[in-house]
Amino acid sequence: MLTRTNTIGLLLVLTGGFALVGAAPTAEKEDIPDVQTIVAKANIVAYYQADDGKASVKMTITDKRGQKRDREFIILRKDVADGGDQNYFVYFQRPPDVRRMTYLVHKHAAIDKDDDRWLYMPAIDRVNRIAAGDKRTSFVGSDFLYEDVSGRSLDEDTHELTETTDTMFIVKNTPKKPDSVEFSYFTVAIDRKNYVPMKMEFYDKAGKLYRTIESQKVEVIQELPTVTKSVVQDLKTGSKTEMEFSDVQYNIKIGDMFEERYLRRPPREAMR
Amino acid sequence: MIASRRITVALLLLAATLAPALAGQDEEPKPDPVEKFFEKLETEYHGFYEVRSGYRLMNDPHEKDMSIMEARYQFDLFSMRDWGDVKVKGDFYGDGVEEKGVFDLREANIFARPADTMDVKLGRQVLTWGTGDLLFINDLFPKDWQSFFIGRDVEYLKAPSDAAKVSLFMDWANLDITYTPEFDSDRFISGERISYWSPATGMSAGEDSKLAVERRREFFEEDETALRLYKNVNNYELAAYGYWGYWKSPGGFNQTMTAGVFPELYVYGASARGNVGKGIGNIEVGYYDSVDDRCGDDPLINNSEMRYLVGYTQEIGRDFTAGVQYYVEQMLDHGDYEDTLPSASPTRDEFRHLTTLRLTKLLMNQNLRLSLFTYYSPSDEDVYMRPIANYKASDNLALEVGANVFFGDEAHTFFNQFHDNTNAYLAVRHSF
Repeated sequence: MLTRTNTIGLLLVLTGGFALVGAAPTAEKEDIPDVQTIVAKANIVAYYQADDGKASVKMTITDKRGQKRDREFIILRKDVADGGDQNYFVYFQRPPDVRRMTYLVHKHAAIDKDDDRWLYMPAIDRVNRIAAGDKRTSFVGSDFLYEDVSGRSLDEDTHELTETTDTMFIVKNTPKKPDSVEFSYFTVAIDRKNYVPMKMEFYDKAGKLYRTIESQKVEVIQELPTVTKSVVQDLKTGSKTEMEFSDVQYNIKIGDMFEERYLRRPPREAMR
Repeated sequence: MIASRRITVALLLLAATLAPALAGQDEEPKPDPVEKFFEKLETEYHGFYEVRSGYRLMNDPHEKDMSIMEARYQFDLFSMRDWGDVKVKGDFYGDGVEEKGVFDLREANIFARPADTMDVKLGRQVLTWGTGDLLFINDLFPKDWQSFFIGRDVEYLKAPSDAAKVSLFMDWANLDITYTPEFDSDRFISGERISYWSPATGMSAGEDSKLAVERRREFFEEDETALRLYKNVNNYELAAYGYWGYWKSPGGFNQTMTAGVFPELYVYGASARGNVGKGIGNIEVGYYDSVDDRCGDDPLINNSEMRYLVGYTQEIGRDFTAGVQYYVEQMLDHGDYEDTLPSASPTRDEFRHLTTLRLTKLLMNQNLRLSLFTYYSPSDEDVYMRPIANYKASDNLALEVGANVFFGDEAHTFFNQFHDNTNAYLAVRHSF
C-alpha cells in the first residue's frame, strides 16, 4: 500500500518537475494539499491506522531528579468509523499495584459528547464508571495527557499551514476555546511522505515553548508507518516520559470485546 | 514493657519490609528463586508485604488501645492453561492485637469460557455488583466490616465467597448466576476488635461480651443464590437483581435473646448507571423481604425494608473528583414494629437517611492520593469519616496514613455506636 503511494508520489514529483518548466507556481501549489487534508491524514495515521490494532506499551516516566517509574500495558483498539468513534481496551501489567486492572474507553469523536470510561479492579471485583474528565490531565501519572493518547478532536482547533520544508509540513493549531486548555497554540511537524506527526511543540499563554512530543522511532509494520517510540518532555517540570510500542499488530479482527464481560475477564489475546 | 516490645517488633517488621524496597531502587532486581520456581510452572507470582499499625484515639473500656498491628504477606498466583485459568491468592499475617498468626485464603478458583456465550468461575472468589460507592443494596456478597473499621485496605471490605458463578451472554441481556452452597455471612461487628451498642443489653459491648450467633452451616440447605440480569443500552447500564438467602449480618435474635441469628431474606432490586450532564449518575433500589417476619410484628426479627440510592460523581477540578450519594432505608410495617417493641429499647426510625460525600484529589503526578469519604446521617445525626492519604514513593513502595472517625449524638445510632473505636493508622506496603 505504502510502497504504491510512494511510487505515485514519486511520479507526481517527477511530472511536477517537468511541468515546472512551463508553469511553476501552479504546479507547486498542486503539490501541497490544503491544511484540512493534511491534519485529517495525520490524524488517521496517528490514531486510526487499519481497522484495529494491538500493541504492548512500555512507559518510562523520569522526573527531574532522575527517579524512574514504569508503566506496562497491552492496548487494543478498534475503530467504529475512520476518523470517528473508537473503542480502546487497556490491560495493565505494571506496576504491581495496578496489575490486571482493565480500562475501557468508548471514545466519541463528536466534540460535545464525552467519552465513556470504565475501570475494573480485580481485587474487589468492581466495575467503576469514570466520570468524563478534563482530557488534558495526565494519563496514568505520565507526562502524556489523556488527549495525547486517545487523540484531540480536529474540530477543537483552527489549523494553519505555516511552513513547508523539504520533508515536513508545519501546522499551527490554535484552540477555538482558549480557556479550555493550558496552551495558547501548538505546532505539529508532519512528515510529508507518510503523514506521521514527528514533533509537536506546545506554547504557553505567554508564548513560551513548554512541552514537546517527539516521534523518535517510526517503523513500517504491515506496510503501515507506525510510531514505535514517542517521547514527551515537560520543560517546566523537567520531567519526561518515553513510550515504546512493541508487538504491534494491525487488522487482527478484534471481536466485540469492548464491554463489561471482557472488562471483568479480558480475552486471552489481550492478556499476552 | 509489652507495649514497647510490640513497637520494637513493628519497627523491625517495617525495616524488613522497607529494606528490599530501598535496596532494590535503581538496580536490576536479582532473580528471586521463588519467582524462578513459578516461572517454570508458567505461573505469575505477585503479591506484597505490608506493615500496618494503628491506635484508638478514644478510650474504649471494652477494647485494646491498639486498633491494628499487623505484618502481612499476600501472594497472588495466576496461571493460564489451555482449558482455563487458575488463581490462588492468600494472606498470611501476624496479628499483634490478637497475638496470633492468621492465614486468610482470599481466592482459589478456576475460570473457563466453555462457550462463546458462557463464562464460569468456580471456587473461592470475591464477588461484587451494584452501583453504590461503599453502600450496598443488591450486592449481598459478604463484607468484612471489621476490617473496614479498623483500617485495613479497602480491598478487605469484600470478604470472599465459596461459590459458583455462571455468566450467560445473550443478545437481549446478560445473566450472572451465583450459587453459594453454604451461607457466607458478613464478617460482622461482634465485639471482636470493634465495640458496639448491644440492643439486647442496652449498653455498649466489646471483647468482654462478644455477640454470640447461631451460624448456618447446612451445606446445600442453608445456601444462597443471587442473580443479576443486565444490559447496556446506549452506555446506560441497566440491571435487575434477585437474592435468596439470609440477612448477611445478624438480623435478629433467638427466642431466649442469647444469640444473634441470620433470618431468611429475599431481595429484589434494580439499578441504572450512566452519563448525566458532565458526570456519572446512578440509581438503585431494593426490596428486602424479611421472610421470617413478613408482618413486621416479631420484635426479634428484622422487618422487611425498602432501600433506595441515588448517586452522582463528577470531576470538579484537575485530578479532583467529587461523588455524592443519598441513601434511604425504609422499614416496612413500622407501626407493627413499634407496637411489639419492648418499651425500654431505643426505637428505630421508619426512615434512615444517609448521605455520603467522596472527595478524591491526586497530586504529585498522581503519586499522592488524598481522599475523604464521609457518611452523614441526618436522621441518626451521626457521622463516619474516612480520610486517607496514600503516597507511592516508587512503583513498588506505598505509604498510607488514614483514620476512621465516628461521632454523633446518641450512643446507639448506626455510626456513633462505634465512637470509641475512632482510630488512626499508618501503613507501608511493598508490592512485587
